[in-house]
Amino acid sequence: MRIVVVGAGPAGLYFALLAKKAQPSHRITVIERNPRDATYGWGVVFSEETLGALREADRQTFDEITETFAKWTAIDVRYRGETVRSRGHAFSAIARKRLLEILQGRCAELGVELSFERELADVSQFGRPDLVVGADGVNSLVRRTHEVVFKPSLDVHRTKYAWFGADLVFKAFTFIFRETEHGLFQVHGYPVDAETSTFIVECPEPVWRRAGLDGASEEDSVAFCQKLFAQDLQGHSLLSNRSVWMSFVTVKCETWHHGNMVLLGDAAHTAHFTIGSGTKLAMEDAISLAEALERKAGDLSAALTEYEMERQPVVDRFQQAATESAAYFEGVSRYRSFEPVQFAFNLLTRSGRITHLELQRRDPDLVGRVDGWFAATARGATLDDGAHALVAPPPMFSPFALRGIIAPNRVALASPGEDDAVDGSPGPEAAEQLIEAVKTGAGVVLTEFVAVSPDGRITPGSAGLWREDQGEAWAGIVERVRAHGKAILALQLGHAGRRGATRSRRQGVDRPLREGGWPLVSASAIPYAPRGQVPKEIDRADMDGVRERFVGSARMAALAGFDLLELNFAHGYLPASFISPLSNRRADEYGGSLENRIRFPLEILEAVRAAWPEERPLAVSLSVTDWARGGLDAGDGVAAAKMLKERGCDLIQVQAGQTTMRASPVYGRMFLASYSDRVRNEVGVPTLVGGNITTRDEVNTLLAAGRADLCVLTSVLH
Amino acid sequence: MLAGEGVWMGSTIGPYSARMRVGVGLPNTNPGIDGRLIVDWARKAEAGPFTSLGVLDRAAYDNIDPFVTLAAAAAATSTIGLVTMVAIGPMRRAAVLAKQAASIDALSGGRLVLGLSIGARHDDYETLSIDHRARGEVLTEQLVAIREHWEEGKLGPRTARPGGPIVLVGGSSGEAFARMARYGDGYVHGGGPPRAFAGATGRALAAWADTGRPGRPQLWGQGYFALGDDAVDLGAAYLRDYYAFTGPFADKIAAANLTSPQAMVDFVRGYEEAGCDELVLFPTVPDLGQLDLLGEVLA
Repeated sequence: MRIVVVGAGPAGLYFALLAKKAQPSHRITVIERNPRDATYGWGVVFSEETLGALREADRQTFDEITETFAKWTAIDVRYRGETVRSRGHAFSAIARKRLLEILQGRCAELGVELSFERELADVSQFGRPDLVVGADGVNSLVRRTHEVVFKPSLDVHRTKYAWFGADLVFKAFTFIFRETEHGLFQVHGYPVDAETSTFIVECPEPVWRRAGLDGASEEDSVAFCQKLFAQDLQGHSLLSNRSVWMSFVTVKCETWHHGNMVLLGDAAHTAHFTIGSGTKLAMEDAISLAEALERKAGDLSAALTEYEMERQPVVDRFQQAATESAAYFEGVSRYRSFEPVQFAFNLLTRSGRITHLELQRRDPDLVGRVDGWFAATARGATLDDGAHALVAPPPMFSPFALRGIIAPNRVALASPGEDDAVDGSPGPEAAEQLIEAVKTGAGVVLTEFVAVSPDGRITPGSAGLWREDQGEAWAGIVERVRAHGKAILALQLGHAGRRGATRSRRQGVDRPLREGGWPLVSASAIPYAPRGQVPKEIDRADMDGVRERFVGSARMAALAGFDLLELNFAHGYLPASFISPLSNRRADEYGGSLENRIRFPLEILEAVRAAWPEERPLAVSLSVTDWARGGLDAGDGVAAAKMLKERGCDLIQVQAGQTTMRASPVYGRMFLASYSDRVRNEVGVPTLVGGNITTRDEVNTLLAAGRADLCVLTSVLH
Repeated sequence: MLAGEGVWMGSTIGPYSARMRVGVGLPNTNPGIDGRLIVDWARKAEAGPFTSLGVLDRAAYDNIDPFVTLAAAAAATSTIGLVTMVAIGPMRRAAVLAKQAASIDALSGGRLVLGLSIGARHDDYETLSIDHRARGEVLTEQLVAIREHWEEGKLGPRTARPGGPIVLVGGSSGEAFARMARYGDGYVHGGGPPRAFAGATGRALAAWADTGRPGRPQLWGQGYFALGDDAVDLGAAYLRDYYAFTGPFADKIAAANLTSPQAMVDFVRGYEEAGCDELVLFPTVPDLGQLDLLGEVLA
């Protein structure tokens, strides 16, 4: 075959040498527009897994690569003047320049033609190659030339970074966080060889501008960073090698091949540098493509298809992890109040690849310290750093105190409800489900949705709490349930608003009653579901009525013995219909700005707080995003949560969506966790979060990382 | 009873057997087939180890309408399930869909499972002069309307169950999962390796729980096969032609065709492990011999 490889980076060179080695009759030319010895950046990192693949693919280059390797097992997190070290990891790195020399040498030895300082336009000089490999990096010309087919999406990240070197040798993968008057800067550093380290400096774009770096020259930038990190550099110098400030671009392509053209490495996909996998993925691509060409010799289309099918799922997973990791660093300033040990745990678990359990395997000492610290703070003890490590329970078994109430552990279960109430009097299943939940050992057990009034019910079978006999029924249930465990019992109180008068949820959700319905009220006269009733825009008198219903129900809930009261301001029910601009078109002081839209829910909250016993906590369940264009976004949700906290809300159950039928929800593993993280750490309010959390490891990870305070475990559906 | 009694706090109860059911597709999108083949295929499948007969739907292609195909199959069989995987909802008016589905249900004595989705092709909509942009909302409204028609019974015929057949909803967007959780009885996946099925059904289950639906949705999967040496190239050629509208993706679909007993066994096992309730395997070569070969592999 006649093969032209565009780009002499690691992906292009490695593919060329592997293909040539496998089939010496291939005529392979690698063209590169830069000179032979020109390179940017410093070191590249490999994992153990990648090393295994490199060894298999070509022993000679593997030996040469590993000869100059920097290898280490620790991750250091330097933050607030303290270094937290995590051990038990496995990293190796090599200078990018050295890697390229090795690959160039091997290419030459095998008879691959290397042609430097040559533009892609020259491809025609090679006649009609059987295969053109686009290994020309993030700005790939091959990809851009056939954009219609490859359908790339480019996502430019919001932080600025510069890839420096330093003439010192880090002993660990080193993350440094440095506060400045302009904002937070961070360093990603790791050793490259016996003399140098990679030293990437990163900060949010506004911080970068405030620091005046947008107009700084290369020399000025080096000087700025050198001064900023003088303490870490310990007299050593920063090195620049075309180290200009850049914004990382995540590239994804719908397809990686077209006719006789195929994309490799960064040309096809990039993964944010904070998980250090770009070169690894590129070289694994090269191995996969070379092997596919061998396996499917004579059928190029089949070979390219096979390559793509093998690599795409792997790359998807890394890109997912990279996205999580990048998001962590973009928002890292929200963790500024964390204690160093929690800060480090949060950093280590940022991409989802390392969990509490996985870290326990790699570094039991650190997890012991984290758990010990968590348990000590949960007890209200002062930080006594790791003293209890040997006997500390995992975070989910630490108690949680709110006002005068202590939950024995951090796991919450919510009763699904059976729609078996009659006139709002709880049906037989209400008690049974709560008993079953308490028996699991969960620390917090929430009732199903309980309506404050007959017209606040979701279905005719919704439970309620507006009459004294209902209060007595709930008191009886509380008493029965208490006999089975120590969970704190929470009543979830709500008014269905425009989502009311529907059939039992066994038959589907939001299906209007055929007969026996009741008139609905909402913030505005907009129906919720197709064929749904048009609600009446609720007027001031009725709003007062609803507020008093909430207060009355809260008083009865207190008498019934519930420990915690949760007001449902989520999922499109009456209070939520005020908060979302998609369901609130009011012209009065309850419509318009977020402050106006949340006014009525806040009135309910304040009135209930005044009526609910002082020593018992009050929670609010809030949809922090509408997941819909023109609707509430997470930033608004955080602002709303802040107002709730200021008016006496002790705990926020973070929810999303269901505020409009036209939403584009994002479901997946732990799909509410990132919202909980934002609310908890940007507002400074404890959070309760569910959303497809199915394992204890997930719970422990979220809690220890400070992304939530209580987790609703979704029953194991799989 | 609706699809699936629930799982509550980890204890599985209800009709979810550990063993996955396996159905087989009717060749209604393989060009050039005739009525004889449909009837023979349906009877042979019913005599074999298959629990259902599936059909696909498309407007601008040399295929037989899914409901017409199922009518023929319903008349030729007596116990095997009949399932659309999927019918493209917005291609038909809701009342027509309700009527056709109720008719198949009545003809077959309640054996229909109605899978609905918005489909993957613009040309289906263009050919029928139907607005493509509103397809998601239209399907949502159809799911509400179809049930109403069945319950009211004005359209007729009466469905075997009072609320009408089980309805599966497909799609891979967040909207699709929410729609499924609100109005469907289960989720029908569009095909792919077991890992893709597990990922999609994980989201479907998350949507179901988030929406507050009790119980659990049925989970249906599908795959393509061509068994026997002579069939491999024919199957690949058919898939490349059928999926030409996807551009380069057609090659991947063709490459994923299950063409060896080992690949088939791995695929079936993978789906079973991923929690699939019923897997329907669609032929890419419309030859009765394919049913024998598939039956042997599954035995």
